[in-house]
Amino acid sequence: MEWKLTSPVDKKALAPLRAGDRVLLSGPVYTARDAAHKRLTELLDRGEPLPFPLEGSVIYYVGPTPEAPGQGIGSAGPTTSGRMDAYSPRLLDLGQPVMIGKGLRNRAVQEAIVRNGAVYLAAMGGAGALMGGCVRSARLVCWEDLGCEAVRLLEVEDLPLVVAIDSQGGNIYESGPAAYLNSLKGDN
Amino acid sequence: MIRSIPAAAVTRAVAELCVKANRELPPDIVQALKQAAREEPWPTAQGTLSVLVENLSAARERCLPICQDTGLACVFIQLGQDVHIEGDLARAVDQGVRQGYEEGYLRKSVVADPLRRGNTGDNTPAALTVDLVPGDRLRLTVVPKGFGSENMSALKMLKPADGVEGVRRFVLDTVRAAGSNPCPPIILGVGIGGTFDKVALLAKHALLRPIDRPHPDPYYAALERELLEAVNGLGIGPQGFGGRTTALGVNIETMPTHVAGLPVAVNVSCHVTRRASVEI
Repeated sequence: MEWKLTSPVDKKALAPLRAGDRVLLSGPVYTARDAAHKRLTELLDRGEPLPFPLEGSVIYYVGPTPEAPGQGIGSAGPTTSGRMDAYSPRLLDLGQPVMIGKGLRNRAVQEAIVRNGAVYLAAMGGAGALMGGCVRSARLVCWEDLGCEAVRLLEVEDLPLVVAIDSQGGNIYESGPAAYLNSLKGDN
Repeated sequence: MIRSIPAAAVTRAVAELCVKANRELPPDIVQALKQAAREEPWPTAQGTLSVLVENLSAARERCLPICQDTGLACVFIQLGQDVHIEGDLARAVDQGVRQGYEEGYLRKSVVADPLRRGNTGDNTPAALTVDLVPGDRLRLTVVPKGFGSENMSALKMLKPADGVEGVRRFVLDTVRAAGSNPCPPIILGVGIGGTFDKVALLAKHALLRPIDRPHPDPYYAALERELLEAVNGLGIGPQGFGGRTTALGVNIETMPTHVAGLPVAVNVSCHVTRRASVEI
């Protein structure tokens, strides 16, 4: 299945998505990776307001390359999501509906996805030049001192993604390889 | 005869190689990726590989880095014994990285301290390895190494009794544990032998050899083929979504070791395995 999804995201739109489905996402997307997640968590610990709302927001684990003159952004593919596992369940419980990254998540994240009706979408790792082409504009939100790890607001159009973990707990990193290996048994 | 090379020439060369390596993959990797896209039997995996090939054209046409993780600049120098560098070689290399990453709009991904962090802002320092060789030439290779794959690398001190079976098991366990994280299809640099420190460097050196050039020793060339086939039987597939093409190549480098030891290191690299060289 292929779905069109727009942000800010209403969780009702996430319910029919299944692991392995393709998604084209358009709308605002916040970038945050390791250092930004640490700071978000520190703000929550101190009871201070966050620099952007979690409700409805899509967070993309990406540290883009700097834009050359005339470009909206440089290369902008996903980073490994597992490094955000320590922070994600808390953000999901506070209303964040969508994470974009690549690679495996731990059990706590998977359970938080199901508990909250969220989804984890995978972008194409290493296809940064193509994905950068889907970004219409980018502006700094906060934490410029973090360099490539600063929080930016991207306006994306038809960003191509795959549902990696759906709101029912379906997981493409388990079901995909299993289906392929099963198909080999059929050949014999 | 001693030949003099000004440090500024090294700086210029490093800067150019940083930009080139990040925009254009070496021909052997491009070839392997295209071949995998043609031969992959699983439809979703085939689609994924085609997108990765398309990304290479997008990077070239739009003068963009292939991947946003433009890496930590690993710089290898084969320095002829009859070369005199006018100036400070390590500083010249760092200056080249600084210039290349600025001029090429590459991402600065280096922190000054492993625990206290803090981005250095110019992607320096480089990880510099210098080997002294005969002659009066200087050969420079820049390998921008991304950490999605670097983080999945592993090293183990096996027992001699573990033998080739132990090496095979360790390589497969490492790839299985890495799963989708290192952006498969991956390329593996495998070091066997030496000491704790040397085996890691061997694994990194293995990534410098084109993947269409097998190990010169037929025993290890056969082991490279066998490991590649075993890795591609795991089912992980491109991006970890399932399929045959989990790896594009396995390169092995070896050296003598102690009677009591069998060190093995696996340096995992992604489909964006970059390297660019020049001789001065």
